[in-house]
Formats: sequence, structure tokens, C-alpha cells
Amino acid sequence: MAIIPNKNPMPTQAPEVRAHNFDEVALGYTAEIAMNEASRCLNCKNQPCVKGCPVNIHIPEFIAKVKEGQFEEAYQIINMTSSLPAVCGRVCPQESQCESKCTLGIKFEPVGIGRLERFVADYHNENNTAKPQLPTPNGHKVAIVGSGPSGLTCAGDLAKKGYKVAVYEALHTAGGVLVYGIPEFRLPKRIVAKEVETLKALGVDIDTNVVIGKTLTIDELFEMGYEAVFVGSGAGLPRFMNIPGEAYKGVYSANEFLTRSNLMKAYREDPVTPIMKGGKVAVVGGGNVAMDAARTALRLGAEKVYIVYRRSMEELPARKEEVEHAQEEGIDFRLLNNPVEILGYNNPDDPRDPKNGFVTGIKCIRMELGEPDASGRRRPVEVPGSEFVLDVDTVILSIGTSPNPLIKNTTKGLEVNSHGGIIVNEDGLTSREAVYAGGDAVTGAATVISAMGAGKLAAKSIDEFLSNK
Amino acid sequence: MYKIISRKPLNATVTQMEIEAPLVARKAKPGQFIILRVDEDGERIPLTVAGTDPEKGTVKIIFQIVGGTTEKLNHKTEGEYLQDFVGPLGVATHTEGVKKVCIVGGGVGCAIAMPVAQEFHRLGAEVTSIIGFRNKDIVILEDEFKACSDKLFVMTDDGSYGRHGNVTVPLKEMLENGETFDEIITIGPLIMMKFVVAAAKPFNIPVTVSMNPIMIDGTGMCGGCRLTLNQDGKRVTKFACVDGPDFNGYEVDFDEAMSRNRMYMDFERHAYEEACNLFKEVK
Repeated sequence: MAIIPNKNPMPTQAPEVRAHNFDEVALGYTAEIAMNEASRCLNCKNQPCVKGCPVNIHIPEFIAKVKEGQFEEAYQIINMTSSLPAVCGRVCPQESQCESKCTLGIKFEPVGIGRLERFVADYHNENNTAKPQLPTPNGHKVAIVGSGPSGLTCAGDLAKKGYKVAVYEALHTAGGVLVYGIPEFRLPKRIVAKEVETLKALGVDIDTNVVIGKTLTIDELFEMGYEAVFVGSGAGLPRFMNIPGEAYKGVYSANEFLTRSNLMKAYREDPVTPIMKGGKVAVVGGGNVAMDAARTALRLGAEKVYIVYRRSMEELPARKEEVEHAQEEGIDFRLLNNPVEILGYNNPDDPRDPKNGFVTGIKCIRMELGEPDASGRRRPVEVPGSEFVLDVDTVILSIGTSPNPLIKNTTKGLEVNSHGGIIVNEDGLTSREAVYAGGDAVTGAATVISAMGAGKLAAKSIDEFLSNK
Repeated sequence: MYKIISRKPLNATVTQMEIEAPLVARKAKPGQFIILRVDEDGERIPLTVAGTDPEKGTVKIIFQIVGGTTEKLNHKTEGEYLQDFVGPLGVATHTEGVKKVCIVGGGVGCAIAMPVAQEFHRLGAEVTSIIGFRNKDIVILEDEFKACSDKLFVMTDDGSYGRHGNVTVPLKEMLENGETFDEIITIGPLIMMKFVVAAAKPFNIPVTVSMNPIMIDGTGMCGGCRLTLNQDGKRVTKFACVDGPDFNGYEVDFDEAMSRNRMYMDFERHAYEEACNLFKEVK
């Protein structure tokens, strides 16, 4: 049979339609498309794709089941190594992981592994009614700090092995960045809720409204009888640029803007949590979070949304697919521009003018690329005298975060690096006995799947540690 | 879910509630705050802890009806439940080494000032309290302050109760007469705190102010509660939820904070009118 050179395209909502709603952009493969895509897999002996997956999903095996139309069996294969397939199938950067290693990709387009994973997980969630088999309890108790991707993965892996696991979450809903950060149109919240329900069915306790470092400390968790703790508390404080005007009303961190819209549902018609809607919006930054913020602003009714990024398209760190989606929807990319000041309204004659203190624009300077810097990317340098003003009502800063100090400050002997990230060894163990960590709390802002990989590694290490105790 | 153990109106728009939240009750210190949601899909609002009973496992909150969420909260009765209640958040008020303190509270800010005054009293410090209100009808917590203060001034803006004038009147009098304090702690409307700082400045007395910006998560994640401090000629961004809510009053940019607190004014008025039955009737 001749090889099909191209991936089956992902059915999506049309850009002009989706730019005005919060429904999922990608609609997912049908069974027919999925089986056709699965038939492209060469089923290589050496399985290069598996090595590209941070959680080592048995990719050729599950794809073989999809090819035969045995979708539930395919799910069971994925489920052996991944706790959150419906999430990963949507937000993993497969193009730089499993799919980048696909043999087919050498001459043609690689197999759409992520799309197949998503199809299989969605099929399972819609059709499966069987309750999961409860593992035999092994008598050990483990506490997990944070219910984001690393915490949920660690919890799932340990629960499957018979551990009694409690997950402590600071916010009122479980999911971490999957619920407060990633928007509905990229990852519907019902998908996250479903994955959390699956963990609960395995016997995992999820305790919301508990801030570890405040409500309880790590030491108290040990006093409560937990024998090991995994810290997956995520990224922390948003960074600001320290340019004039950042305190004007209408300047948000991407974290705040996305949290208002996603977690607090400010996108609804008559929300209880307010957010600036409409007008012109500038998003500063070029990562996935910046794309999410820009596309959220558009859906909230903005008439114009700019991405302001100081390097060029080549260095833009966001996933290609997200950039393409954003461009299709009409986001205006202003590359090689760097903000120098945020401008605001001040009526000199009337200090009580209600418009006072609101954003009116962002002053930028043009950049050009110079010599490569430490990161290997060409360093942007200012073009003298090239300042200009973009008229905007809202500015969203998406330039990264620095680790949250709450746990470090309340846990004696927990060592952190110069960036504030928790230091771990190759097993995910911190400088404290029986305390493991992973995800953004260790690495700084990274991807969902790398956090899941860290949660998985920690689960394995905790299991070895407690089995030998 | 978190049970409302008791509910007591303190005046027409200020209500006190005791909420069952054992973990918070065990940990909370004066100056710290909690975040609550009244119901599913509700807004997250920060409220300062007004007292705790670790043995009963309850936390006291005192709130003023200012918008939709506090209006809804006020309609909840004893025995009902709140959806979410998380804390204690923020850094507790610094009390070490302070032997003589002046507590200046304004309006519902007195509810936050009260546990701070009580803590200093418990630690054996000499406590002078100045509490100010618009008029007689809204005076709250006078007995509580009397019990923990060596000296107490009750002020009303219109002179309908206590002394006539705002809180800076007795403060200035005392300072001008040579009275001195290790620290002045002020909690209330931003404009009042700004004037307290101005009154204390000529006398070089440290002033701590308790900031109450707009917040969402309360754990340092969103940055919405940021404020600017002027430190040694540099402008420094701080987050009230993790760095505060107490700050050095001489460093805080009050004008900026006041402007930021008005960001959603129209939205809040609308939300309040939606939540309040009185407005519904009128419509």
C-alpha cells in the first residue's frame, strides 16, 4: 500500500466563527479519519516516537489498536503510562516531541500522534462506563501539593500502585494551570474535570482551598502521617517590565487576565468577576501564554489585538500551530518591537474625571537582531529614535513568572537555585528527605507535558523510596 | 463547604459572621486575611480576619456591603454554608519589640484594626486607639476597643457621637503635645491612611498601613494586587497578597493605589444593584 504523505488535517471551527466564541477550536478526528491516520504508522521496530515522549506512551501499540478500530483497547494502552491523555492530546507540543522522531517524518509528514491520542481519550470519555479497578491499598500515604499537571500525574501513578493519595490545591477548583491558564477554546474545562473525576474514582482525595505554606506546612503534612510529599506548586509571581505606566488601569499580567476569564468565567455574558472587554489590546510577549491571552482578548470582543514581541517570528517561542491559529483569527503580530512605556489618561483640569488613570497606548521602540546571545538566539538591539505609539485600551504582559516563595519560606532545609526554583536530583528528590518536587516550581515556566514527566518520575522515586522503607 | 456559625449585624451595612474553618482558625494571626466565595461560580473576595477561636475552629469576619458579592454574603444566615473559604493569607502584622503603639482605624477598617489592637494589648504593649466613623449610626466595636486600649478616641465626621472631626485630629494633638509611639498602625480608607501618614511624618514615627487592593487568587499568582513603593528613590512593585497586606506607609504610592481600586467601579455598582432586592423592587 502506498504511503499517504500528509497528515489528515484536524477539522477546526472556521477562523471567522471561532474568533467570536469560546468553543474548542479543534473539533477532533472522526473514527474514520482516526483509522485512516493510524494506517500511516510504519510500526517501526525501534519505536523512536516513544523516546520522544516525556511519559513514554507505547505509541505504536496504541496506534495499531486504532487502526483496527479497537479504540477502548487503544485507551488502555495509553492509560498504562499517561494519566491525562485527553489533556496531552490537546496541549502537548508533539511537533517537538514524539512526532519529531517519527520515521515517516523524514520524507513525509509524521503520523498525527497527538491527534490520535486525543481521539482515543475522547472516545473513552464518551463511551466508557466501566468503573476503574480499585488497586489494593498498600498502606502508605502520600501528599501532593498542587493539582496541576505534575501533581495530577504523580497522584494518578501512585494511586494506581495502591497508595493513599491526598492532593492539596490552593484555589477552589482542581487542575492548576489547566483551569486557570489554558483557555476553554484550547482545552475545555469539562475535559479537565473529567480527568480529575477519574483520579477521584481511583481513591485520590482532592482538598481544595488549602494553601501549603499557609494553611498547612510541609512539616505538618508529615506530622499528619504522610510518608512522602510531592511539591508541584507551579509557577508563581508574574514578571513585570518595570517600565513607566504599568500601574495604569487596564494593564494586566497574562496570569491575571487569563485567570479572570478562565477560572472566574469573566467571559460569560453577565459575569460576577469583571474584566476589560473590547477596545484595542496589546499583548507583550511571544510564548504560548501570550497567544492564549491574545486570542482570549479577541473572543472577549476586542476590535484589534496586537502581539508585541521584541524578536522576530523565527525566535517566537510559541507553538507553530498556536501562532498559525492566532494569525488566521486576525491577531496582528508586531515583531521586533519592544515596549518602553505604557501611556495613560490624565485630565489636568479634573482629578475626578472617571477616565483618569486608564491606559491609552503603549510606546514601543523598533528592534533589530544583532549577535547571538547566551541562549543562542540573536539578541535584539534598539534602533535609536524609532519610538512609536500603538493606541490601545488594554495591555497584557506575558513575559514569564518567577517561582512562588510561599513553600520555600516555610520549609526548613528546602534548597532553591538563584532563580528561586526548587533544586531536585535526577530522581526528583529535593534537599529534604521524602520531599520531591517537579514542574514549573522546579524548572520555571515550561510545558504541561514536561511537568507531567516530572510528576511521573517523582511517583516512581516515591514508590521505590517507600517500598524499601 | 464552610458553615456560618453565627451572624450579627453591627450596623446597617456592616455584618459580623463566624465561619467554621478549623485549619484557618488554628493558623490565622492578626493582620492576615482570607478569601471566600459565597456560592458556586461566585467571585473571590478577600476579607481580613477579625478574630479566631482555634478551639471552636471558627474564624470571625466583618464585612461592609460594597458590591454584589458582599450583598449576597449578607443575605446568608446562621446555619447556611459558604462555598469556599481559604487562608490565612498574607503576612501577619509585625508586633515584636513594639512597646507603645497607636492604632488608627476608620469605618469598617476598625474591624481589621481590632484584632491588631487586641494582640498588642495581649503582648503587654501600651495601646492608644483612635477609631473614626462618618456618623453615630455606623459606630462599631467601641466596647471591644475600650477593652484592649489604654486610651481610646472615638471620632465622628459630623460630631454626632464622640468627638467631632477625623482621626488625624487627636493624633496630631498628641504628637504636637510631645506624645510619642514606637509605631502607628492605620487601617481604613486609603485617603484616611494617606492623611495619617502625612500627620505622623513631621514627628518621624514609623507608620504601618494595611492595604486592601483588588485580588483574585491571594497567593501571588495573578499580580492584580500590585502596588508601588518608593524605596530609596526607586519605584518597586510589590504584591499585597504575599508581601503585605502591611506596608511602610511612607513608601506607599497612595494616589496610584486609589486609582487602581476604582478600576471596576461601574461594574461593581451594577453588580450591587443586581444583587440588592431593593433595586429590583424599584425596577
